[in-house]
Amino acid sequence: MSEQVREPLWEVFIRSRRGLSHNHVGSLHAADAQMALRNARDVFTRRMEGISIWVVPSASITASSPDERDPFFEPAADKAYRHPTFYDIPKEVKQL
Amino acid sequence: MDPVDLEVEFNGLVEADQRIEPRDWMPDGYRRNLIRQIAQHAHSEIIGMQPEGNWITRAPSLRRKAILMAKVQDEAGHGLYLYCAAETLGVDRAELIDQLHAGRQKYSSVFNYPTLTWADVGAIGWLVDGAAITNQIPLCRCSYGPYARAMVRVCKEESFHQRQGFESLYALSHGTPEQHAMAQDAVDRWWWPSLMLLGPSDAESTHTSQSMAWRIKRFTNDELRQRFVDMVAPQADVLELTPPDPELRWNEARGHYDFGECDWDELRRVVGGDGPCNRQRLAHHVSAHEEGAWVREAAAAYAAKHSAVGVVAA
Repeated sequence: MSEQVREPLWEVFIRSRRGLSHNHVGSLHAADAQMALRNARDVFTRRMEGISIWVVPSASITASSPDERDPFFEPAADKAYRHPTFYDIPKEVKQL
Repeated sequence: MDPVDLEVEFNGLVEADQRIEPRDWMPDGYRRNLIRQIAQHAHSEIIGMQPEGNWITRAPSLRRKAILMAKVQDEAGHGLYLYCAAETLGVDRAELIDQLHAGRQKYSSVFNYPTLTWADVGAIGWLVDGAAITNQIPLCRCSYGPYARAMVRVCKEESFHQRQGFESLYALSHGTPEQHAMAQDAVDRWWWPSLMLLGPSDAESTHTSQSMAWRIKRFTNDELRQRFVDMVAPQADVLELTPPDPELRWNEARGHYDFGECDWDELRRVVGGDGPCNRQRLAHHVSAHEEGAWVREAAAAYAAKHSAVGVVAA
């Protein structure tokens, strides 16, 4: 096949309504940011699923590696005292 | 990690009904199998726009035309969700489209049948989309996360596709005798291709057992076919249309409908490239893709000029 144009990949985030955060909904190809926004509108919000869209070049995302998941998240594993259920409180104490 | 440990961890996640995500380790066969299935599914959505697109300009009312356009737009969207899900496995969309054009990847054989009358649009919505939904609902629980999430969106959007088809067919089958005959003719032609959409019989299916073990598929082709017939047979009564299967009848003892055998030779022929519209469907896709090249090139040139995120020619 002849030389082809490879459009970059964009990750799409949508805020479904006021008060909620933008959530990742998927990805798409587009030549530039403006076209990515318009394509995202057509692909992901045909039924009023959103009131705001972010598009981010996929290449700009740095992700943690699944291989290092255990050591990476390990510091939180032995700190049960960060949860309220860790503490013994007498039953008669209310509203604590 | 040791390759054996990786495989043990992978199998453990699948057996625990957890999802596998793009950067997780996965067996090569799992990746290949998913790419094949998701690509075929994506191609089916895109090629599937053609038989119905054929009737957009001739829809009998503005209401039906707006509905049909919305449905065909949905198919385009579903194709894009699925291509992006496939790309998370490390393939490029352009590569998948090349493989489709080269005949190395398939799309559903059902789209190789022609849409001869307006009633075909209703029959496709009721039967073809009905069969597709039967197949897709269990895929929402597929072990591969991006595919499962795409299917959730697809199923949510597809629910109107089958209903609009039923409504349109019902209007015809309860209209004039000529309209009823047109609806019956469409059902006669689309019934068997819809049953075959659910794939070859379990005895013949080459991918089913491995796909079930990997929890890509949850039910066999024959189980899905039974489920589909159980769903649409009573709906046919409401439509006052008769499926073209003399063996179709309720079996009290089984609690299911009995139905006849599909013409598997026909399925093999159509999958093998010799259906009524195979060449036409592919030629149309190739020409649409090639005629759109200048748009992609212009967008890329504009982006290179104006944007920090450049486009690379490969």
